[in-house]
Amino acid sequence: MTTHRVWVYGDSVNTDVIFPGKYTYTLKTPEDIAAHALEDLDPTFAVSVHPGDVIVAGRNWGNGSSREQAVTALKYAGIAAIIAASFGGLYFRNCINQGLWPIVCPELHHHVRTGDTIMLDRAAMQITANGHTFAIPPLSPSVQAILDGGGLLPMLQRRFGQV
Amino acid sequence: MTGYTFAEKALARAAGVSSARAGNVLDVKPDLIFSHDNSAAIQRIFEKTGAPRIVHPERVAITLDHAVPAPTTQHAQNHAEIRQWVQQQGIKHFFEVGRGICHQVISEEALILPGETIFGADSHSTHYGWLGAFGMGVGRTELAALWATGELWLRVPESMKITLTGQFRRGVTIKDASLRILGDLSVDGGQYRAIEFAGDTLSTLTLDERPVLPNMMAEFGAMSAYLPPDQAVFDCLEDKRTRDYTPLYPDADAVYAEEYALDVCQLEPQIALPHQPDNVVPLSQVIGQPVQQAFLGTCTNGRYEDLQAAAAVLRGQKVRCRLIVIPASSEVYRQAALSGVLATLAEAGAAIGTPGCGPCMGNHMGIPAPDEATVSSANRNFRGRMGTPEAPVYLASPYVVAASAICGHLADPREFLKA
Ligand code: SF4
Repeated sequence: MTTHRVWVYGDSVNTDVIFPGKYTYTLKTPEDIAAHALEDLDPTFAVSVHPGDVIVAGRNWGNGSSREQAVTALKYAGIAAIIAASFGGLYFRNCINQGLWPIVCPELHHHVRTGDTIMLDRAAMQITANGHTFAIPPLSPSVQAILDGGGLLPMLQRRFGQV
Repeated sequence: MTGYTFAEKALARAAGVSSARAGNVLDVKPDLIFSHDNSAAIQRIFEKTGAPRIVHPERVAITLDHAVPAPTTQHAQNHAEIRQWVQQQGIKHFFEVGRGICHQVISEEALILPGETIFGADSHSTHYGWLGAFGMGVGRTELAALWATGELWLRVPESMKITLTGQFRRGVTIKDASLRILGDLSVDGGQYRAIEFAGDTLSTLTLDERPVLPNMMAEFGAMSAYLPPDQAVFDCLEDKRTRDYTPLYPDADAVYAEEYALDVCQLEPQIALPHQPDNVVPLSQVIGQPVQQAFLGTCTNGRYEDLQAAAAVLRGQKVRCRLIVIPASSEVYRQAALSGVLATLAEAGAAIGTPGCGPCMGNHMGIPAPDEATVSSANRNFRGRMGTPEAPVYLASPYVVAASAICGHLADPREFLKA
């Protein structure tokens, strides 16, 4: 069981506000990318996020572009998981492939506010927040294996003998 | 047992298995993999994988289109790195600055064919549904994995069927129908879905109109979108294709997660208000809203007939606000130059740019100032999309873009089409 501080956002937060398109060909390191996370939505985020924090959101988090920096930015900002009522399809894939846990939970965003603390129990696949408990739906085993392996890149590195 | 959807058939074929159902996780081997200005970033990920080289360079395409010609030294450096990589890996399907937007160029070159599967590092890869192909956008790491191994895991999506019936009235287009679908069902209406279009409207669409529908489905949350290919599609591929293909069609008893129908006969021009593509109202509700810039171009509506439609509105008129016209490809540019369409646009006061994405994603060539409104023929109007978070962007058809350019405010094109 782990505890996490949460950042709560609404419905349909798109990839352009998670990581602006104008930076996509110029910012290269994950740290530089993380410095602009959520810039056009919540300028306080990048400066006050702590490692281990979790994002909680409404429907359709990460809709829009296929740009995976919208995942990278949050991962390197220290975000441990994203819990949303639903995800943009490409964003969900990018989370798995970047090794950042996407959790589908239709209810949680109604029960927490930014700054609250929640508990994640990976073993029991449960979220506990402000006296409520929510089940975490399981991923298919082959997809879970990619996530557990740290994402697509570490998997390829093992395949091509890099590690 | 029920029949198969297009997505189930196409992905089973691409995975080399006899059949597949929605929900199955497959290792899919696409017929073509493409990327654009993001290729240098993908290369840096590829290098980390330890893969010796691109496994099937003949299945790889790269276009320079998103920021062309290079607006800054950094962008130029990015392009230079990509050219070097293309040479080093022997990538033949490489398209230089000015050839055009990835989706338009790959379509024109017949690099992807009906029934095939194409993955691109671009969310509008749903575009290729106009050819009856399964197109899907992927992230940079996914594209690096595809270069390295030629395959990628994919959960076969459930399908949604959208039926379009009837014919459009004058001045109303497939763009208006696409916006109406988004307005009716919202930006997550097709989330995780493969969209299959059906209905008698489809065969009345020209080849320039068809890509608009699957292209706009990226804004619908869809993984992919499909139009059943007909003889018109087969004919346009015939001279250029370098391999045989087998078009795929859904079974009549295929099962759909949702169905939706739209009769386009009575449809009015539509417009998406800032800052979401599903914030759609009939144009008549916002006529007169001032705009400082009009942008005609992009993979959605930058083809020859889009320029021609704008020219029909602009002939003999002068624009009252900036009009930026960017043909989707060099072929579109050539056609429009030969037919006199470019001259008509230029006489009306349009600024005509290098084929490519232009200001669509806020790189250059038409970034608005704060509080300046743009009416655009593009597909996406998220806050900050064109580079300035405080600048509202409206999405509409080429007709509406042209009429609004003449008036300096949102305007109904039908008044200019009467003659
Ligand atoms: S024109 Fe716009 S939407 Fe189309 S590929 Fe270029 S940036 Fe993307």
